[in-house]
Amino acid sequence: MRTHARPWWQRVLLTREMLTVLILVVAWIVASAVVRGFDGPLTITYLVLDVAPVLLIALPMTLIIATGEIDLSVASVVGLSSVTFGLLYQAGLGLGVALLVSVLLGAVCGAVNGALVAYGGLPSLAVTIGSLALYRGLAVGLLGTTAVTGFPDSWTDGATDNLGESPYPAITLGLLGMIAVFAVLLHATPFGRNVLDIGRSSEAARFSGVDVKRTLLILFVLSGAVSALAGVYYTLRYGSARGDNATGMELQVVAAVLLGGVSIFGGRGAVHGVVAGVLLIGVLGSALRLEGVTVNVINIVIGTALVVSVVAPRIAGGMRVRRRRAAGRRTQGDGR
Amino acid sequence: MKFTTVLAAGTAAVLALGLTACGSGEEGGGGGTDDVSITMLPKNLGNPYFEASTTGAEEAADELGVAVDEVGPDAASPDAQVPFINTAAQQGVGALVVSANDPTAIGDALEEARSAGIKVVTFDSDTEPQFRDLFVNQASPEGIADKQLELVADQIGGKGEIAILSASANATNQNAWIALMEEKLASDYPDIELVETVYGDDDDQTSFDKTAALLQSHPDLKGIVSPTTVGIAAAARYVSTSDAKGKVAVTGLGTPNQMREYVEDGTVESFALWNPNDLGYLATHAAAAFAAGDITGEEGETFEAGRLGEFTVGADGEVLLGEPYVFDKTNIADFDF
Repeated sequence: MRTHARPWWQRVLLTREMLTVLILVVAWIVASAVVRGFDGPLTITYLVLDVAPVLLIALPMTLIIATGEIDLSVASVVGLSSVTFGLLYQAGLGLGVALLVSVLLGAVCGAVNGALVAYGGLPSLAVTIGSLALYRGLAVGLLGTTAVTGFPDSWTDGATDNLGESPYPAITLGLLGMIAVFAVLLHATPFGRNVLDIGRSSEAARFSGVDVKRTLLILFVLSGAVSALAGVYYTLRYGSARGDNATGMELQVVAAVLLGGVSIFGGRGAVHGVVAGVLLIGVLGSALRLEGVTVNVINIVIGTALVVSVVAPRIAGGMRVRRRRAAGRRTQGDGR
Repeated sequence: MKFTTVLAAGTAAVLALGLTACGSGEEGGGGGTDDVSITMLPKNLGNPYFEASTTGAEEAADELGVAVDEVGPDAASPDAQVPFINTAAQQGVGALVVSANDPTAIGDALEEARSAGIKVVTFDSDTEPQFRDLFVNQASPEGIADKQLELVADQIGGKGEIAILSASANATNQNAWIALMEEKLASDYPDIELVETVYGDDDDQTSFDKTAALLQSHPDLKGIVSPTTVGIAAAARYVSTSDAKGKVAVTGLGTPNQMREYVEDGTVESFALWNPNDLGYLATHAAAAFAAGDITGEEGETFEAGRLGEFTVGADGEVLLGEPYVFDKTNIADFDF
């Protein structure tokens, strides 16, 4: 049993996650005030549509990184699922069936990663760099440099249309649902507790009875399936199934997750922080583009934010330790 | 935890300052002003070809007194263009001039921009016709075929054997051009004989080897036409160091940067392509004419495009830049792409 030194509101508000939320709010307010066109109705629509695939994939990625592992094959799964979805549609299958098969294929891709990591005992970084190339190769190989287009309007409109007259795209509801599912999974179930325990110490978790291998396998399967779902969304949004869809998106996802306060070493992380991280990157990009800032400068700004977000907690941690040593009072294990 | 709080305040302040600085530095760049503003969206930035087209666009903008902003992704992927199209819609610019990375993937975003009142002009690379108002086409297949024959006929004195070094055997564009060239040869150039068409697969080494084989198997060969930028550069490189230099003409479609050396050393007299500078210039004039309401995209409408003269809107909202542009010793130094 842990006893808490601070009242509950401090524990909720003064966290690394809330820092990202706060920066997001400030960035939004500042952008609305000074960036021409930012407070228009189109901003929210485009923001949601643009961040949707990254947001979806970031959810299972949060859990994977919280265990101290990583999945770099996600964007390739997006491409492979996009191609599969397109080819099945071209072959005359219903889009519902095509969606289901694509997501199942994504789950299989994830299972391959998961099995190699959990049961093969291989580092996830190496495994998923390999499958990043493998799945992308399959995707491009299946469709070559051509694209499948001409998806029915009822489906493509579903991916982009707004809810009635509101500025929110209809997919907002689905995204909120997925956020809720993963928030509950991480923060309110034994499974989520196991995830964080594995991240703190995989050894200790195993000794205390956590099935580490099974947990990791489930996480990679989830990651594959959700990435494939994002791939179908991506295909419908752009109305074009291509093997090179979403190339490089894995780095945006990892960046958003780290910006959201998840420790790259595992053991800590929260879904609301990651959602804020994804939106923050979206808002910064949107505001800077409206200002006519070139894409290279946008990358520099977001890259700097990312480096700061990874480095700052270490510096903060270091300063705390030094303060404690200087004070020479208690030794306490509340480092995280 | 104190540190986190300080960090939060600090980061927020820096971000706020950054955005404010951007905001104050760029007054008048956005829409909503009296003047027409045009957003230029090439396939990607840092590409010399599109730098040339943007230079042309800026020249046109200066003449017209409109503002041109060039924006674009760092990689030529279709989805990367969408946020920039969205941004143009948010800004409410007058017109968007875009070279599409994919004929359909950016269609939805373009439709949204058009429903926000923005005129969409594609150039260099078109979308499906329903997604844009106008397409400024750099060259027609007939124009490309005719110009290459004209060049080779001129360089070999109107008679003798020629060969074609193409891209891959199933390259759609090249095959269409070759078919047109064969027709035209039969009807207009009775003294020129096309002895062989070989395929270098748009691979430098293969094209190089095929050139060597051509010269060996056809000792009387007078000219090589390569309707692909990879092929013509490889052919010129082979010929420049062989006995055939000065005896066998090499021409076709190439870019000035790849061909400069061979034009300067005399291997290549002239070759063709379009002028991206003119292309950007024309696209900007077309976009401005559209935004001003001078044209509506109907077939047969005409508009003035400064130094290039008058243009007519063709079928499917296409405007043709004209005949391919010929590069030779006298003008190649003016181009960097």
